[in-house]
Amino acid sequence: MSQTEAGVAKKFLYVNRKAPYGTIYALESLEVVLIGAAFDQDVSLAFLGDGVYQLVKGQDTKGLEMKNFSPAFRALEDYDVTKLYVEQDALAARGLTEADLVVPVEVVGAERMAEIMESQDVILSF
Amino acid sequence: MLHTVNKSPFEDRTFETCLKFAQEGSTILLIEDGVYAAAKDTAVAMQVQHALKRVAIFALRPDIDARGMQNRVMDGVRLVDFEGFVDLVTAHRAVQSWF
Amino acid sequence: MKFGILVNEGPYTHAASDTAYQFVKAALAKGHEIYRVFFYHDGVNNGTRLTVPPQDDRNVVKRWSELAALHKLDLVVCIAAAQRRGLMDAAEAKRNGKDADNIAPGFRISGLGQLIEAGIQADRLVVFGG
Repeated sequence: MSQTEAGVAKKFLYVNRKAPYGTIYALESLEVVLIGAAFDQDVSLAFLGDGVYQLVKGQDTKGLEMKNFSPAFRALEDYDVTKLYVEQDALAARGLTEADLVVPVEVVGAERMAEIMESQDVILSF
Repeated sequence: MLHTVNKSPFEDRTFETCLKFAQEGSTILLIEDGVYAAAKDTAVAMQVQHALKRVAIFALRPDIDARGMQNRVMDGVRLVDFEGFVDLVTAHRAVQSWF
Repeated sequence: MKFGILVNEGPYTHAASDTAYQFVKAALAKGHEIYRVFFYHDGVNNGTRLTVPPQDDRNVVKRWSELAALHKLDLVVCIAAAQRRGLMDAAEAKRNGKDADNIAPGFRISGLGQLIEAGIQADRLVVFGG
């Protein structure tokens, strides 16, 4: 099963561009990441545009009767998914800083993000 | 890398976002409503022409035709059919779909 | 070359399924292999056999089924996304105590691991979104 054992782990990038709750994309994207973590590939997550809202602290969905899935981002570390890249401009445009996010991330500029994208084998965008 | 964009540049920032993250030498394929970015004399035409200096831009001909844009495609944007789409995918290591 | 395909939207509302279908047909015509087509999010609705589109329009679901039969395509509907949206095969219907199933011929229901595996096994993975 493990591709790492075969020595051919691929570089998977999950590109998250959608805010949570308004649509299901963010939640179902995270479900793919959690399942994908079992496959021992080289996984990175990118948060662009409104995707950064997925990581904002203080999400409380009780009033909507929807599942608050933001705590699941904190579990990613247990699955060895530790490469979370957040677009600098996206944070700034939304009046956010790294301190507003539920998990440690690497904040990167557009050029660095483009390099990260360019280096991937598989890009799953949601 | 191959980027695909399927949103009209007039309603949505997807095309602009794609341009922001497309490295020099990469290829952009406009599909579905994304093909409106290929039209000449539009509010985004300058932006597209500027982009053409560093990336290759293609538009999916069946989407162009379906939308009545066949006589409006600007110089520099190349048209491909679905087989051409397949060739673009095989010619690049990975595909980033912007939608 | 081997392609993996991800379809993220259902039929008719978005063009994603149409574009993916035309892409798959063109890839097959050029002698490529389609390793798997995975349907996720509302894309699972491409797998219901209960759609009845007007006769002068294309039949998105039937077209996928026919292409699958012709080329032995592996059309996989995500089980978690399908359960949320009421798309099920006979086994799932029974397991969940439902009185009907609705999956179209040529489609099968399976887990998200099938998408990751397609990413690993295919030479290219192409995403068709909304």
